[in-house]
Amino acid sequence: MSIIVDEGTKLLVQGITGRDGSFHTKQMLAYGTNVVAGVTPGKGGETVEGVPVFDNCREAVESTGANTSVLFVPAPFAPDAIFEAKEAGIKTIVCITEGIPTLDMSKLYWWLRFDSVTLIGPNSPGVISPGKSKVGILPSSIFKKGTVGVVSRSGTLTYEIVYNLTLAGFGQSTCIGIGGDQIIGTSFVDVLEMFARDDGTEAVVLIGEIGGTDEQDAAEYIKREFKKPVVAFIAGQTAPPGRRMGHAGAIISGSEGTAREKIEVLKSAGVPVAPIPSRIPELLKETVENH
Amino acid sequence: MKIYEYQAKRFLARYGIRVQPGDVAETPDEVYRIAEQLGTDVVIKAQVHVGGRGKAGGIKLARTPEEAREKAEAILGMKIKGITVSKVLVLSAVDIESESYAGLVMDRRTKKPVFMVSPAGGIDIEQVAKETPEKILRYPVDPFFGLMPSKARELASFLYSDREQVKQAIPILSKLYRMFIENDCSLAEINPLVVDKEGVFWAVDAKINLDDNGLSRHPEFEQLRDTEVEAPQERAAREANLSYVKLDGNIACCVNGAGLAMTTMDVIKYYGGKPANFLDIGGSSNPEKVVNALKIIKTDPNVEVILFNIFGGITRCDDVAEGLKKAVLELNISSPVVVRLTGTNEEEARKILSTIGIRVYTSMDEAVKCAVALVGKEKR
Repeated sequence: MSIIVDEGTKLLVQGITGRDGSFHTKQMLAYGTNVVAGVTPGKGGETVEGVPVFDNCREAVESTGANTSVLFVPAPFAPDAIFEAKEAGIKTIVCITEGIPTLDMSKLYWWLRFDSVTLIGPNSPGVISPGKSKVGILPSSIFKKGTVGVVSRSGTLTYEIVYNLTLAGFGQSTCIGIGGDQIIGTSFVDVLEMFARDDGTEAVVLIGEIGGTDEQDAAEYIKREFKKPVVAFIAGQTAPPGRRMGHAGAIISGSEGTAREKIEVLKSAGVPVAPIPSRIPELLKETVENH
Repeated sequence: MKIYEYQAKRFLARYGIRVQPGDVAETPDEVYRIAEQLGTDVVIKAQVHVGGRGKAGGIKLARTPEEAREKAEAILGMKIKGITVSKVLVLSAVDIESESYAGLVMDRRTKKPVFMVSPAGGIDIEQVAKETPEKILRYPVDPFFGLMPSKARELASFLYSDREQVKQAIPILSKLYRMFIENDCSLAEINPLVVDKEGVFWAVDAKINLDDNGLSRHPEFEQLRDTEVEAPQERAAREANLSYVKLDGNIACCVNGAGLAMTTMDVIKYYGGKPANFLDIGGSSNPEKVVNALKIIKTDPNVEVILFNIFGGITRCDDVAEGLKKAVLELNISSPVVVRLTGTNEEEARKILSTIGIRVYTSMDEAVKCAVALVGKEKR
């Protein structure tokens, strides 16, 4: 088992004819993802890597039965593309695009919730259920099929940690990059709830960073009701307060959001926190054995 | 993006929120002329992007134009939290009867703009939140409906007990909300919102941060950016589409991805070293980006060792290696360079770097340990 994407994923690529869209369509097809359609307004009738391109999402969904979409659409057009995907009946939207105005995200967040549409991102590297389906830009070769769920706010840091897990023999059920922006569609708690219900996930690695309170909310949820073993890593222990560290989300303000605070809250919820990524596999081994 | 008080007040004024008459000045003589024109007691306020101006002596009252000039001489050029004051705002003084707080912030937890009001104005709202949280009313605004009149009335009633004052405060709160939304703000606050002895409302201090992701919709906001206060390296980084923050250590790091870049700093610290910077070259694999990154690193005299940490995905390791080779040769880099490369086209990258004698590791820990060991040891 796995969450969000699996063998049943029928993928629509929004912005398929662009440089990134076409490149990653090829990569996803090579991984075995069932890419059924692409959309680029004005390019209907073309094909990309053998995938039919439509002018709009409605036609794409009607013709192919797509149930999931991934966005490689430039930021100024991305809110409309998300809107269009939902209106066409797509139930899971993965947004790779970064730089979407926060106010637009606020509206989209609540509007998608209203109809129980799952949005991953924006500014997400994507979602992969190894051996089944890959949606996004994650480098396929580092993943291995297994039972560890990975959820992260970052891109390359996720790869680093998955690489360490795979080398140590820990395969993954599903890996999700929830995105580095201030307002994101799916939080740590949302993903943990999905992992809780997933028989294929036996343990979870949670990768957080400075800024916001999503990790603190996760710690509270884990303490209250999450039964599977969890280990964590928090990036930005040496980041100075008040400075933005690349991600829109990664800014420490006031008393909220320092790495120290997050690490303490997670530890008090019984979640061991690795000081550096390379220590995660051994920590995970211990935690699973003692659980 | 942060903007100055004087710029923030122009936003408020455009929406019909009353601000004191006055102007911004860069020299004591300009301050004198503004004070003379105003013909009232004036307040001279340092324009800086940090809090705590008042305590640092950056806000002064003057009764005559001469006194204003004198006070301005003391403020212009002073340092507040390390930032040199180059502009002051000169305003007619207001006779304060009461001070309150009204602010809006885009809140990541509720995913809504949150209105905050407090009758305890004039002091830091974070201090109020800590000491007397009952004096703050927080209201997450529905982004579709906006601030409905009933809610604006409720917020205003929390601030004032006098009916006339409540009536006058309602449109101020509505205008503040409209200003926040229409300009893609991430923060907009009036603190204090003053009622003077005649019962007139004034936004005496204001702070606005603009959502960086929203700037593309407002190209005209780019002229509000004060590029002079940006550290030269940070400006160069922004212009080259890199993300750079200078720190005070001696191991420069250059990484693809913000999370991994922060982690690289943490791992350097873990093994006993000190990072000289945060630097994210982003996801694309343009060799030119690497050259620009090294140009910026080269301007930091504290740097003794340069560490690259690249996890190839969309970023191709061989592109980074090409950029690195070009930069090391062209820029005459004298510090030792340690490289960690894993992922897409790793082998090609190794070949390129071996031709110029650079150490290449596959493991982040090994590369960091090597960089830490090299501090104070050698030159290329």
